[in-house]
Amino acid sequence: MRWRGREAYWAWLLHRLSGVGVMLFLFLHVLDTSLVLFGPEAYEMFVFLYRAPLFRVLEVGLAAAVLFHGLNGVRIIVIDFVAEAARIQRPLMYATWTAFLALFLPAAFFMLRPVFPALGLLR
Amino acid sequence: MSAAAPTSTAYRRRASRPAGSRLELWSWYYFRVSGVLLLLLAFGHLAIMHIVNNVDAIDYHFVAERWRTVGWRVYDWLLLFLALTHGQNGLRIIIDDYLHRAPWRAAAHTANWFLLALFLLLGTATIVTFQPPPAR
Repeated sequence: MRWRGREAYWAWLLHRLSGVGVMLFLFLHVLDTSLVLFGPEAYEMFVFLYRAPLFRVLEVGLAAAVLFHGLNGVRIIVIDFVAEAARIQRPLMYATWTAFLALFLPAAFFMLRPVFPALGLLR
Repeated sequence: MSAAAPTSTAYRRRASRPAGSRLELWSWYYFRVSGVLLLLLAFGHLAIMHIVNNVDAIDYHFVAERWRTVGWRVYDWLLLFLALTHGQNGLRIIIDDYLHRAPWRAAAHTANWFLLALFLLLGTATIVTFQPPPAR
């Protein structure tokens, strides 16, 4: 009856890892935002880092973590509260990954587009 | 619990609604309620900050203009509160799953509550007390 495939294990593990990753960034983000209290120079001294190509790639990783964690969370809630969902766990998993790719791929494109030259893509 | 690997037992144990302790049941519901709200707030925040705008546009002036509107301060504070508490709840469960020796567990749980209080205070102070410079 219950579907406990390997895919469900990987989703569980990724949910955990993405959650911890986003939480670590959140701590950093509260610290960097608090610098606005000390004026423009203090704030910009830090946030210029986020504009470097390395951080643009990490930023895409952050988006991937938030999107996966949120969409996989929806899958978990559906299985928890919709009785019939337990029988269609495999299609639900495919739907989760489809939704992830449908949101993540365009998001990554738009986020990286300003730095394509610096990353050696498209001129 | 048998001698199975901790990750696999944790994965099975978390699969359904916890019975027993009131705190665990409350925490189980809190994950789901805060998660649904975060889905809107966090995806919205990503879309606004990283797709509509981007890190080239976000500077002190951007934050000052945004926080002239009280509604954005409310949005950001709700996001801050829900993300920190949802994440703290997650870390609490991870500590329970992987730290088995009493002193380490206790220390980790204390640190986790301390971090929540610290970042909630710092974030709230930032959002509430920030004074934008006079409009240009």
